[in-house]
Amino acid sequence: MSAEPESAVSKSAALKSATPKRDRSALGSRAVQVAFVIALVGLWYVGTTYGQISPILLPNPLRVFDELVDVLATLEFVTDLRITLTELAIAFSISAASGITLGYLISRSQYSIRVFEPLLAGIYSVPIILFLPLYILFFGLGPASKIALGVTTSFFPIILNTIAGFGYVDRIFVLSARSMGASDYQLFRWVLLPAAFPIILTGLRIGFTVALLSILGSETIASLAGLGHRIVHLAEGMDTARMFAYIAFAVAIALTLNTVTSSLEARARRR
Amino acid sequence: MTGNDLAIRVRNVSHQFGEEGSTQFVRAMLETSLDIRRGELLCLIGPSGCGKSTLLNVIGGLLTPTNGKVLVGDTDVRGPLPQEIAYVFQENALFPWSTVLENVNLGMMFQGVPKAEREPRARQSLAAVGLSDFANHYPGQLSGGMRQRAALARALSLETGILLMDEPFGALDEQTRMVLGEDLSVLLSRTGKTIVFVTHSLGEAVFLADRVAVFSARPGTIKEVITIDEPHPRKPGFMTSEKFTSLRNSLFALLHEEIRKAMEQSTASERAARRGAKS
Repeated sequence: MSAEPESAVSKSAALKSATPKRDRSALGSRAVQVAFVIALVGLWYVGTTYGQISPILLPNPLRVFDELVDVLATLEFVTDLRITLTELAIAFSISAASGITLGYLISRSQYSIRVFEPLLAGIYSVPIILFLPLYILFFGLGPASKIALGVTTSFFPIILNTIAGFGYVDRIFVLSARSMGASDYQLFRWVLLPAAFPIILTGLRIGFTVALLSILGSETIASLAGLGHRIVHLAEGMDTARMFAYIAFAVAIALTLNTVTSSLEARARRR
Repeated sequence: MTGNDLAIRVRNVSHQFGEEGSTQFVRAMLETSLDIRRGELLCLIGPSGCGKSTLLNVIGGLLTPTNGKVLVGDTDVRGPLPQEIAYVFQENALFPWSTVLENVNLGMMFQGVPKAEREPRARQSLAAVGLSDFANHYPGQLSGGMRQRAALARALSLETGILLMDEPFGALDEQTRMVLGEDLSVLLSRTGKTIVFVTHSLGEAVFLADRVAVFSARPGTIKEVITIDEPHPRKPGFMTSEKFTSLRNSLFALLHEEIRKAMEQSTASERAARRGAKS
């Protein structure tokens, strides 16, 4: 969880080891991954076309594809997607701002790190989805309860990584900056922040992912709108083909968001 | 000798870590006094844990001693004096997220050098240590010896009168140390800086120093100061001379007894700690 700060040594080692041979083996495993997914869909197709599987339980992939095209063409998804993404954006903004601020404040003293870090790590290990019924009581069935759950799940990885980032900066960097006359602000801007940045970034990426997961999940449990709500609504109406189409759509959205955050993280780390 | 010839005056400095009676209590230094002349290179040598680095940190204002005081020129040291004192640390204290050039520039920015002056001064000090071609490398892309040269360049760019070096070549192999030692002697004979250099290598101390202060075992205090009467810059030939050998031998004789004592101390304290852990 508390990712090691990528050391300069390992960075240069990574540069050197980027040989063509490694590229080829990476390419090979990528091909196997693609083949595996194709085989899975093929099995699905064969099983539903020639087998005895009820189309209500598992519709044919071609039907699902037609439904997906229809969902995309009619722009039916826009309202639900907008609600889910708005919830995500609000939840992530709240937990990022509060997690980084509080994490920084806690990291300022070894005493408060000793007090709060195990406490926060303990709460983080609790399955936070258990709070959903409470949140629905407090905030109702609308977006507020989803935002509350998203904040609760993403706050902990963000604050814990912020503490790990700021709290364990090598003393020698601080001493050498001080010996050269660095002010408090200069120490923060040019030493603490760059030392902590990659670790905080990892916390933000994890926080973003778990916020998305918990928001989609809570929408399927009790909600009025959103992608998760739509999926449950279709399942209850036995419209499984369209439900699968929406699941595929939600997966695609989640994959896209994860790819974007991971590449943002990788790019920021390289600097 | 008048006060003007002295760059640093250490007066009755004692330092202890932890509270008396606690398990962490260590009396690192006891009643140490030392005069360091302007423009000399003084080596501090002694058994490990004798308080050499503690004294260096007290002089540099990174540590406030329990008792006694240090004067740099006429200033009472109460914290870092970035205008007067630059540091080269034992480990690599370069910022790994910045290039070599950025590291040197940052040091000058911390010290308060105007922006326009930084770049030329950084280039100049990197040239002085032979790293001009590596200005845009990250520390992680350099060898250990090159990293310490970069750290030296950062310290030189600050243009302070005093340079404190805490086992700067401690982590390097013997061959690299020797070459860096020669380069350092040439470089520093030109700058006229006052240098305090902590080492545990006898050869390094004799080769580099104008005077060598030998520490006793803990609680450390200065047992004797030996003068190395050989002009700078020193040639590699000095290392194989009769004079070098006899100086090194007399230093060894002084140290040997203290090192034995220090080792007995550490086994005794280890035994005590083990007893403490059992009960």
